Amino acid sequence: MDELDRRLINRLQLGLPLVPQPWQVLAEELGSSSEQLRERLQRLLDDGTLTRFGPMFDIERLGGAFTLAALKVPEARFEAVAAVLAAMPEVAHNYRREHPWNMWFVLGCASLEALNDALRRIEQGTGLTPLNLPKEQTYHVGLYFPV
Amino acid sequence: MSCPLDSTQRLALRRLLESGLPLLPRPYQALAQQIGAQEQQVLAQLDQWQQQGLFRRLGLVLNHRALGFTANAMLVLDIPDALIDEVGQRLGREPQVSLCYQRPRRLPQWRYNLFCMVHGRQRERVEAQIAGLLERHQLSDLPYQLLFSTQAFKQCGGRFAPVGARPHG
Repeated sequence: MDELDRRLINRLQLGLPLVPQPWQVLAEELGSSSEQLRERLQRLLDDGTLTRFGPMFDIERLGGAFTLAALKVPEARFEAVAAVLAAMPEVAHNYRREHPWNMWFVLGCASLEALNDALRRIEQGTGLTPLNLPKEQTYHVGLYFPV
Repeated sequence: MSCPLDSTQRLALRRLLESGLPLLPRPYQALAQQIGAQEQQVLAQLDQWQQQGLFRRLGLVLNHRALGFTANAMLVLDIPDALIDEVGQRLGREPQVSLCYQRPRRLPQWRYNLFCMVHGRQRERVEAQIAGLLERHQLSDLPYQLLFSTQAFKQCGGRFAPVGARPHG
């Protein structure tokens, strides 16, 4: 990754402009060409540095449901339980954390019913009862990773 | 003024965008062609969705671990109910805090109701930032815990997100 890649990533975290030729705008800002920027972005997506480019719709405003959930998984079963979650398309991501509640994951579903059903299936599939911690209030959302 | 997209076109546009924005010189025109609309109509629709908060921006999802952000802490605090809005708003204004939410307690297993994410490259630095944060806001005496992530099992650039829900790790 070179300096232009970094500047491109930082700039795109703020969003692509809503104009007919957005790459022209960025090319002028970054002192590059529209074509070069698109090639760079394609490469960063291909090599896994970036996982997505485009709008992320807020599933809750579309009638869907999200939650943060946790499991207390016995160490010997950790990989097996992680595999159960990995196989579920509702699980957006899953992290091990240093805590007795050692597995933390986000569930996204088309409806609250589907979400509760996914939680039930996790409980049945693992024998472990998830902590269900849906957000009640948002105080701040400002993900930005300067690279 | 271009006329708005009809509901079939809106749905088709949303479906197309699930796989991301095409990497073309005129991406909005390419999308418009696929749904039988004009570029201006697509731009107007996206602008409207953005203003309505259906999405925040036409942005990126980073593999933040691959980019070196491996020291990622979830700070959880047990804040008295009467104070949570005030404390949540104050912590949310701190530049190191990328996400700040109230979540329910689940007693007796889980007592913490305020969640803050702090992402960084070095654990010691993130720990020091959080210690400073707690001190400045006079929260060091309240029950809190720091949950660092140590391994990512699944991080996909999903199609949907609650506003800013990812990445958590």
